[in-house]
Amino acid sequence: MPVNKTFNSFADAVADIPPGSSIMIGGFGGAGGQPTRLMLALRDLGVGDLTIIGNVAGISKTTGYGWPDDLEPIDQGMFFESGQATKIICSFPVPSTTNPLSEIEKAWREDRAEVDIVPQGTLIERIRSAGAGIPAFYTPTGVGTPTAEGRETREFEGRTYLLEHALHADYALIRAQKADTRGNLQYIGTSRAFNPAMATAAKVTIVEVDEIVEPGGIDAERVGTLSTYVDRIVQREAGDPLP
Amino acid sequence: MTQNLIDPAPRLDRAAIAKRAARDLVDGSTVNLGIGIPALCADFLPAGVELRYHAENGVLGFEDLAPPGEGDPNLMDAGGKFPRHVPGMAFFDSVESFNLIRGGHIDVTVLGALQVSRNGDLANWMIPKRGIGSIGGAMDLAANARRVLIAMEHTVRGDISKIVNECTFPLTAPACVDEIVTDIAVIEIDRARGRLVLKEVAPGWSFDDVQARTEAELDADGTVGLMA
Repeated sequence: MPVNKTFNSFADAVADIPPGSSIMIGGFGGAGGQPTRLMLALRDLGVGDLTIIGNVAGISKTTGYGWPDDLEPIDQGMFFESGQATKIICSFPVPSTTNPLSEIEKAWREDRAEVDIVPQGTLIERIRSAGAGIPAFYTPTGVGTPTAEGRETREFEGRTYLLEHALHADYALIRAQKADTRGNLQYIGTSRAFNPAMATAAKVTIVEVDEIVEPGGIDAERVGTLSTYVDRIVQREAGDPLP
Repeated sequence: MTQNLIDPAPRLDRAAIAKRAARDLVDGSTVNLGIGIPALCADFLPAGVELRYHAENGVLGFEDLAPPGEGDPNLMDAGGKFPRHVPGMAFFDSVESFNLIRGGHIDVTVLGALQVSRNGDLANWMIPKRGIGSIGGAMDLAANARRVLIAMEHTVRGDISKIVNECTFPLTAPACVDEIVTDIAVIEIDRARGRLVLKEVAPGWSFDDVQARTEAELDADGTVGLMA
């Protein structure tokens, strides 16, 4: 009999996350594919000294990026506003505007948080590699830029490449449209983004879904993340006003 | 580098820069448009040109935006806007999206710039004074797209040239830019010889007018055309 991965509340699903954890947060940036309810539960849990790993990390609140006009945007900046996060690893920590200042930039300016900016393709490949058992890889991206400082380089067929290392995490909070009770996931539209790779790269993967279905409720041809990668599933309330 | 010059004629507006850049997009190409002026190119494609637009967040084949208030958060572009659902589009995750970019499958990317150097170095992600910036997909696109086209204003406040001998801002990628379209000129970069070749000027502008507002030395191969 398969293990029941279903949790009744977002609070229960994140309750054991200890201070000092590294936490991947899925999606791209914007409302679609973001595990917004899990993020709010983690904020309410209040644990600190967190390292957040995201992509477009904290720009929606001040710019509206990726949110419908009629809703108050929610983004990863919440963990810097609350003082829980001391580090972020992401590709896009700040918007072009500094008025008003985003929570991440505020925390960085006040020396409350370290910001590690990684090119997006390198970031996703580091996460993919972590899940795929590859400790490091060479990429052409970032050669000759500040990203390359202190990095090993090597030439292949006349072009220079940077050595980049796999990026693991303690937890991944991800978002899918549907899960079956075994933990197979189905995504919709552009909400995939960082979610499928992050699901493979963390010790514990926790998924927020709109709907949990019985096995067979997801067409086997449409499974986007395999149940093996998924540890916990929480279903949103019907009619949740957050996208 | 130059101050208080009086422009000989109006400069092109942002839409006109995009319209000129769009003329260099080849029918059938897979294209990634950056935010700002580059994104406007989609509004000005010449008749008969169809492109396959790629966005980093995982969509290929999108077209125009959904009407205001009707956007679907699960169909976003990389600028955080919501395109319409159209037949033939495809969704994928970020691993696949950057396979497309890093693997050299993007025919052309149009990007904005803070500085471009004589040999095609691009700086577009951080103003040193601020000390923090966002890379996003720009380094992957600049280093790996087959062709890199820059659409930008020629100078910043005080007529400071953005086309420079050496970038003083942190690089996005070295020796990557093929062509620059600005509000006063179209410039091709002959990277092999480190030459900036002025191809076109805005109506009412001369080679000397453009050179006076450009830190790096310009060359011309034969006649200089008119931007239209």
